[in-house]
Amino acid sequence: MPSKLEISPEQIEQQKLYSEMGLRDEEYASIKEILGRRPNYTETGLFSVMWSEHCSYKNSKPLLRKFPTEGPQVLQGPGEGAGIIDIGDDQAVVFKIESHNHPSAVEPYQGAATGVGGILRDVFSMGARPIALLNSLRFGSLKQPRVKYLFEEVVRGIAGYGNCVGVPTVGGEVQFDNAYNGNPLVNAMCVGLIEHKDIQKGIAAGIGNTVMYVGAKTGRDGIHGATFASEELSEESEEKRPSVQVGDPFMEKLLIEACLDVIQHEALVGIQDMGAAGLTSSASEMASKAGTGMTMNLDLIPQRELDMTPYEMMLSESQERMLLVVEKGREEEIAQVFRKYDLDAVAVGEVTDTKRFRLEHRGEMVADVPVDSLAEDAPVYHQPSAIPAYYNDFQAMEPYVPTVTDHRYTLHNLLSQPTIASKEWVYDQYDSMVQTNTVVSPGSDAAVLRVRGTDKALAMTTDCNSRYIYVDPEVGGKIAVAEAARNIVCSGGRPLGLTDGLNFGSPENPEIFWQMEKSVDGMSAACNELGTPVISGNVSLYNESFGGQAVYPTPVVGMVGLIEHTEQITTSHMKQDGDLIYLIGETKVEFGGSELQGLLEDRHFGPAPAIDLQIEAQRQNQVLTAIRSGLVQSAHDLAEGGLGVALAESLFEQELGCEVTIEGDPTTALFSETQSRFLLSVKPEDREAFEKLVPEGRVIGNVKGDGGYRILSNDQVILEDQTTKLKHTWKGAIPCLVKSKV
Amino acid sequence: MKFAVVVFPGSNCDRDMYFAVKDALGEEADLVWYQEAELSSYDAVLLPGGFSYGDYLRSGAIASTSDVIGQIREAAEAGKPVLGVCNGFQILLEMGLLPGAMLSNKHLKFMCHFETLKVENAETMFTREYEPQEKISIPIAHGDGNYYCDEATYQELKDNRQIAFTYENNPNGSVGDIAGITNKAGNVLGMMPHPERAVEALVGNEDGLRLFQSILTHWRNNHAIKA
Repeated sequence: MPSKLEISPEQIEQQKLYSEMGLRDEEYASIKEILGRRPNYTETGLFSVMWSEHCSYKNSKPLLRKFPTEGPQVLQGPGEGAGIIDIGDDQAVVFKIESHNHPSAVEPYQGAATGVGGILRDVFSMGARPIALLNSLRFGSLKQPRVKYLFEEVVRGIAGYGNCVGVPTVGGEVQFDNAYNGNPLVNAMCVGLIEHKDIQKGIAAGIGNTVMYVGAKTGRDGIHGATFASEELSEESEEKRPSVQVGDPFMEKLLIEACLDVIQHEALVGIQDMGAAGLTSSASEMASKAGTGMTMNLDLIPQRELDMTPYEMMLSESQERMLLVVEKGREEEIAQVFRKYDLDAVAVGEVTDTKRFRLEHRGEMVADVPVDSLAEDAPVYHQPSAIPAYYNDFQAMEPYVPTVTDHRYTLHNLLSQPTIASKEWVYDQYDSMVQTNTVVSPGSDAAVLRVRGTDKALAMTTDCNSRYIYVDPEVGGKIAVAEAARNIVCSGGRPLGLTDGLNFGSPENPEIFWQMEKSVDGMSAACNELGTPVISGNVSLYNESFGGQAVYPTPVVGMVGLIEHTEQITTSHMKQDGDLIYLIGETKVEFGGSELQGLLEDRHFGPAPAIDLQIEAQRQNQVLTAIRSGLVQSAHDLAEGGLGVALAESLFEQELGCEVTIEGDPTTALFSETQSRFLLSVKPEDREAFEKLVPEGRVIGNVKGDGGYRILSNDQVILEDQTTKLKHTWKGAIPCLVKSKV
Repeated sequence: MKFAVVVFPGSNCDRDMYFAVKDALGEEADLVWYQEAELSSYDAVLLPGGFSYGDYLRSGAIASTSDVIGQIREAAEAGKPVLGVCNGFQILLEMGLLPGAMLSNKHLKFMCHFETLKVENAETMFTREYEPQEKISIPIAHGDGNYYCDEATYQELKDNRQIAFTYENNPNGSVGDIAGITNKAGNVLGMMPHPERAVEALVGNEDGLRLFQSILTHWRNNHAIKA
């Protein structure tokens, strides 16, 4: 053994030291059986990270199998760094979402920054140039000083990394709720563009080929990050700060350019990012996928610090590193590509036919385990599930009807809720335009980027209303997928597929596991109905903080759609005086999990708004057809805050006005969150053609050039204000909350 | 006309600059890696935005010590148009080709959005296609864009008409609302806003295109005279 101080295999067993690394008794026993002996310290470490939830999905695998993952457009489904979807002309779009919740909870700047770095590497390791970043963020109440700190630093971290690497951050969502007070959620999504011929895989094929280590040196940062991400946050989490990696976006930028150069080199066999569980996961997964084995000499690993042990090197999550497999004898050609960018590219090992993962250090064999046992043989748990009592109570409730007397006051109040309010304070810190493809920047329903050199464009969005999922996971899961698709459709795109970022509490709690099961069921049903397969994703569990308070179930949907012609790109902003305002879909009394309910009651309860997926699909098709026919001036989906908020949001950009007549109970008409509804504006001369395509569309009023926001009911004006005043409330809310001293 | 876009490690607006010249302006352009540059064969030198060397030490500081700097200086001394945008501007300041220095934005945050600029001098080789005092909308994207110089330098800039662009609503706290300045000879322009991001209506507007057209017109006129 390399160090006399190293703990012996006997001690690991007797003192149950494996449990400190996150392994259970039965898992340790099964490792012993696989090896036919006790694992040593390094080997125990390898198993503990590879068998963590973060790397093995041991608790979520049975659920992930339910997702539809196939479709004629899918070139690569789940299993590689990122999924790939065909967009025609031998081009494809590559995308994935990933969480960095635990690191961001203790070290928000680096946690968020390295989340961005990791998802970028997942995409460019497939051979794609990253063209866009999105994110999905959840924070607690901005009235809490710690939450304010987390919010400011997470945003600064995302900006610090994304801006430097030159990939525009074009969209995303930020929501605030007390459920996230102790445990923020930070999910980052990257979208890349690739030619079919350039698609790479992370495989270690070809016996005798050389394994090369590329990029930043290995240090002691991020050791056991994957294990840390697979347990609840606690009082001791602050001590895990060293488990948080430190990012260097400049290094990443060099790595992007070098890797995109190297994929054009015929000597390259396979390439994979060193993400969670660093060298261990990339090396063992590449060999396992190819059905080969691998031997590495750890003395050759570029190291940032002195005297690193094999355990530290294998478990480090130092950032900006990649593992390559290249043809034997051509290492120098590959190294030359990286030398241009002053990057290390070092031969560290060899592909073998042993199917074993062997590590040498200072002349000794420090690990020798079957490669599949790390990458494939993690246990799979079918956790028990139980319906939470709250759910049965909510289902039994009568529909909640809020009492509102002053609709103007309530509209202002809703517009100043941070979840609804303008996120300009956030996205102004992101470079949303670099690469000069951004047609629709943050602030509309979906971001839109043109595909340079073609007439095509890509629409992309992240969505998840976790309040609906909390009150009813299955219905909420359907809504999350449907809303993402609605946003793509409103931008003029046909939804192609999605990546899921599943964020939940502890799967070992049966009620949480039930939330996971049901939301996956709901999402799968919607994916099937809307034709949007799941092509990649990430699972983040144990999002619980001090005292077992779990976050709301938050399965984030990142969706990409194709716009066939740039002239079909549509925004949510109404365009000119006199246009007809259409509402599509009827409005019911549905306030369970609504923004208004949260505002008035400070909690969420009752049944979620219902959704009929067939009606959803039909309306999306009609709206898309109308947009493609050039009949739609603006399109916006109705989401948090209902019609009143959607109308206001559609008017802000040009500070236009509206005169709209509502029917029935004004509070319901204005603020209910009934699903599958769209708000469109259409030129008067297009009325007939539009109604032929969208027979359900109902004119509710007109766009006005005078900048007055007027709502009428029974010929009475029940709400009147200036659009600029509403906009002032909406724009000022977050800066005001951030600046105010608590 | 042939433009060189000098690429440093960490440049990230290099392609945008390249496409602006090649596709929007319709002239020749090359991306030139800083270690392989032969700038003498080009008619104009463009220093793109980004984070050369990760902004370590100071924005633009490390790039300003690299070998290619001698060639950039030669191009400037030969009277060729040298344009530095954002990080390119920071490099020109660090090189001393332009006076002053760059500080962090007054609110200490990175910002990215369109800003209204005023063309203060429409007679330079970079601005001749604009009207005097014309207002144009060009994106900014920077964290260190707060231009600073002392009172005497500012007076000199004004006296020599070296201030090319100012902000209508100063977003970063720069002295005299300065967005872009030239050298005394008028052939070196540094500016924080990104004209290369405003050359196509589809992705914003075309207000930046005339800056590149100005360079081209100037070159053509010069060439006609020489011919």
